Amino acid sequence: MSNEEPLLASDLPLSEPQREILRTLIGSIIPASRDYDAPGADDPLIFKDILVTARSYTDMFEAGLEDIDQQAIRDHDGVGFAALSETDRRAMAAQLSRALNPFLRTLVSITAQCYYRDDRVMQALGMEPRPPFPEGFTIEEGDWTLLEPVRRRGKLYRDVDG
Amino acid sequence: MSNDPVDILIIGAGASGAALAWTLAETRMRIVCLEQGDWLNPAEYPSVGKDWESRQYSDFSISPNRRKRVTDYPVNDQDSPISVANFNGVGGSTILYAGHYPRFHPSDFRVKTLDGVADDWPLDYTDLEPYYAENDKMMGVSGLAGDPAYPPKPAVMPPLPLGKSGQVLGKGFNAMGWHWWPSDSAIASTTYDGRDKCANLGACTVGCAQGAKASSDITYWPHAIRAGVEVRTRCRVREISVNENDMASGVTYYDVDGNEQFQAAEVVVLACNGVGTPRILLNSVSNRFPNGLANRNGLVGKNLMFHPYASIQGIFDQPLDGYMGPGNCIWSQQFYETDRSRDFVRGFTYEITRGRGPIATALTGMFSGRIPWGEEHHQRYRELFNRITGMVAICEDLPEPHNTVSLDPELKDSDGIPAPKITYKLSDNSRRMLDYAVDRGAEILEAAGATDVMTEAPIAVGGWHLMGTTRMGVDPEHSVVNEWGRSHDVRNLFVVDGSIFVTSAGVNPTRTIQALSLYIGDTIKKRLTTLFD
Repeated sequence: MSNEEPLLASDLPLSEPQREILRTLIGSIIPASRDYDAPGADDPLIFKDILVTARSYTDMFEAGLEDIDQQAIRDHDGVGFAALSETDRRAMAAQLSRALNPFLRTLVSITAQCYYRDDRVMQALGMEPRPPFPEGFTIEEGDWTLLEPVRRRGKLYRDVDG
Repeated sequence: MSNDPVDILIIGAGASGAALAWTLAETRMRIVCLEQGDWLNPAEYPSVGKDWESRQYSDFSISPNRRKRVTDYPVNDQDSPISVANFNGVGGSTILYAGHYPRFHPSDFRVKTLDGVADDWPLDYTDLEPYYAENDKMMGVSGLAGDPAYPPKPAVMPPLPLGKSGQVLGKGFNAMGWHWWPSDSAIASTTYDGRDKCANLGACTVGCAQGAKASSDITYWPHAIRAGVEVRTRCRVREISVNENDMASGVTYYDVDGNEQFQAAEVVVLACNGVGTPRILLNSVSNRFPNGLANRNGLVGKNLMFHPYASIQGIFDQPLDGYMGPGNCIWSQQFYETDRSRDFVRGFTYEITRGRGPIATALTGMFSGRIPWGEEHHQRYRELFNRITGMVAICEDLPEPHNTVSLDPELKDSDGIPAPKITYKLSDNSRRMLDYAVDRGAEILEAAGATDVMTEAPIAVGGWHLMGTTRMGVDPEHSVVNEWGRSHDVRNLFVVDGSIFVTSAGVNPTRTIQALSLYIGDTIKKRLTTLFD
């Protein structure tokens, strides 16, 4: 997986301050959970995976993160998003989540893609941390007697003459 | 590679091109197939990695505009509520299809006679029946004989398992007193023709690494190639040339290095789907065909049909199959035939979609507002994970001349060939059918025990089935090809893909596309001495 590959900081998109805004934002979307023994999306490995995946959207991310930071500065007396108090950050995140613009939809999509392929997250869900192939999975055959009422009702298709 | 003249030149190595190549191979004619894509390596399919689900959003996306492989061509579908889905490569869109594999019904070929809309086909179910059977054996179909929604038809292999999802929904249909049956699936439930049986990977729509799903690269093509057919990949056809006798003389294409080549042929066959085929014809402009080849009546590209899809999904409070198992499971054709008490004509099939993976679950929940940002995310996610199942309704689309494939005046592919432009409007009949399907689907889910229902209609990315743009018929004024696939205008030009459909039926088209291709191939074989008369 991509998050297992060593990467130089210079290989990653975004400036250091932009990355910090991003890290804070995705930690607001999926925070760590002690109850479910699950890391947050801002976990270093998952965050790196998100950064790598976001390379195709660098321009969109730079602009979107800048907008969020400027909004925080406007609304919170010059304090940027990454430096907001937990209460203010949660309130702003809730506001953002209610009106997903194209950048936020892309961010949410990438965050979910990278988060739910992490070994620890898969294990926390009761999944084996492995690809589907080659082992595959077992599906129960099921109760075919459920078809009896359908058989009893008989032919359904329309006859066509000529 | 030689460009010496060939007897049969097939453009496109997908579902229909493969079937035609195989059936014609026994003639020992020289047959060459030009395919713009590559051979796919199943060992590199997404399901061999933990990022398999993510790759549906990138290099294995159903959208050529998102996938953007060098082997793809862009499609301008901005003027359509439904965007085009396809795949370019040996196997074509069967690489990514789910393997839902229903036949048409006898009534589907008699729409005008029975319901007074659209047109009848120039052939009927009994004409195609032997070719359905032959194709079923070549592709390998799992199912259960005795479906009351169809005339008797054999099952090649046992059905795929019901699983938890199928049982829950089967009980829901039973509670309503409505039809359901195990789906016919182009997925091997036993070992078959050198292919392994389904291992329930749950990743059918990103290529089957197991080889259980019947994509034509692993069904027809190995047999056709052993019989002498040549497949040339990375060959993108720009246009078909004609001589002074209105006969096709060959095609101009770009090879893997972008070099222009000409391949002469006695017979040219288009097998490029309902968008790719009219695109090539419209790009084939000459003095004799100034509006595009085989287009003297102006019908090339007209009457585009999709299947408008509705998605109706339920959330249950019990574990279901989730990310495991093939998407195919059961179907219902309770509402397939016209019922005059409804406010629409024709009908639809419900196809049960077994479950969804962890990422699709997250996106469904987050974009619908069911999974919030923040600490509640984890609990709410787990209320959906492995607890979603439901159905899609695949609605019959009727042909309308204003729904078209044309050439985009600006957009081009990487070889500079004009790209297709889609102009499509959802009809009032389709809109009413979708609404009805959503309402009845919700009733089924609630009867099955769903605690919440999510719907989308039409599915915006659901343009999987591309049909009608070079329709078949006996009247040259009202059709592009005749009743055995030959162009009315160009007597050595054939079309064998979904473009020739007269109507769309309310089922997936691949099984009928392939049966039609075998039928046309058989007709060619029978008429070899008089083929151009």
